[in-house]
Amino acid sequence: MKINLKIWRQRDSQSKGEFKEYHLDEVSRDMSFLEMLDTLNIKLIKQGENPVEFDHDCREGICGQCGVMINGIAHGPLKNTTTCQLHMRSFNDGDTIYVEPFKAAAFPIVRDLKVNRSALDHIIAAGGYVSVDTGQAPEANSIPVTFEQAESAFDAAACIGCGACVASCKNSSAALFTSAKISHLAQLPQGDKETSTRVISMVNQMDEEGFGHCTNTEACQVECPEDISVLNIARMNYEYNRARVVKK
Amino acid sequence: MAITGLFLSFFLIIHLLGNLQLLLPAEEAQLQYNSYSRLLGGNILVKLVAYVLYLCIILHTLDAIYLSYKRKKANGISYSYDRRGRASTWYSRNMMALGIIIFVFLVIHFKDFWYHYKFGELPLDANGNKDLYTLVVVAFEELWYVILYIIAILALGYHLLHGVFSAHRTIGLYHPMYNSMVQVLGVVFAVAITVGYIVIPLYLYFNLQL
Repeated sequence: MKINLKIWRQRDSQSKGEFKEYHLDEVSRDMSFLEMLDTLNIKLIKQGENPVEFDHDCREGICGQCGVMINGIAHGPLKNTTTCQLHMRSFNDGDTIYVEPFKAAAFPIVRDLKVNRSALDHIIAAGGYVSVDTGQAPEANSIPVTFEQAESAFDAAACIGCGACVASCKNSSAALFTSAKISHLAQLPQGDKETSTRVISMVNQMDEEGFGHCTNTEACQVECPEDISVLNIARMNYEYNRARVVKK
Repeated sequence: MAITGLFLSFFLIIHLLGNLQLLLPAEEAQLQYNSYSRLLGGNILVKLVAYVLYLCIILHTLDAIYLSYKRKKANGISYSYDRRGRASTWYSRNMMALGIIIFVFLVIHFKDFWYHYKFGELPLDANGNKDLYTLVVVAFEELWYVILYIIAILALGYHLLHGVFSAHRTIGLYHPMYNSMVQVLGVVFAVAITVGYIVIPLYLYFNLQL
């Protein structure tokens, strides 16, 4: 199939970017979106032009590295899919596809479609872990965790940190990402001990990184590749309010 | 934002219940509505709650301005091709715009009724109370005023449609069962308030024309 591409080209975070037009004539319906971009890059390199830079790693939908705005939607038209798991069969012959990087003040553009999402790492570093003394792993069954608890915590832990929630949010809020980690750890006995300190430092870090506030439009869950529930945000708010108001 | 919003929503119920007295037969409505207004104005507790109400309006507005400022700052450069709208409702994305309509309406509403009643000269009714009823009825003789009112109430309705359930999320209601309950109750509340407030000007306008 023939595909017209309008791809955002930007030299670095300081320079001004713009859409550039490209045409591909032999795109297979079975190609993934990233493979289609690979094809374009091979063509560009052969022509002596700079290839389009984009983030990717596992290409099987679990690492959270890839992620661009495709036709104005994070990870493209298919719901609950990463960019690498989107295939060209989702498009029609002759389509024009707009490809833009995730845009938010906290996600500076490195080049073309590549953005710096270190801000998300800083949020995790602020408290998204369980502090334990190192040593041998304890016996797994010594701390009882019910199946339902484990499943519910795992649903939140499924977040791959791609940043689609921030890109899809009108406020550029990272509430879904941050709350997924807080909710995941708060539901397990090992993590719950530090919930109060964790929620405050992670939320503060989220603000410091320059993300916006959550106004519950719920766009984040709709576009999330892992369908992380917005109720995690409510849980984060609950834990935050509790830590601020009730706990010392 | 959530707490002030919920208080304002609570006030809407009380205000509507009071105003529904306007739907009584004209003579009865006049006396009852005017004495009700006097009762509210004379009660110290109601006065205190009124100050909380004014404070809530101001805080809610300031918070909205702060959120918009933060949104603008956090967004950075905007998308050139943006179709993110498919993932959320239009009213949830435009709470500020709806809020501005409501705010402008409130200024008019306060000036025409609240200010006149508190600081203006009003004729007295048979019981010697200030005749707020006639002021209201005369105002709604004008079609443009009724239309303005209806537009503002519709904006309020959509504002509530998102606001009520959103406030509960912000406070931290995360249980799925209660969330679905609040979501349904939020819709019922928004529709009831909208219909309730729209019925009054329509009733007064058409009653006068008939």
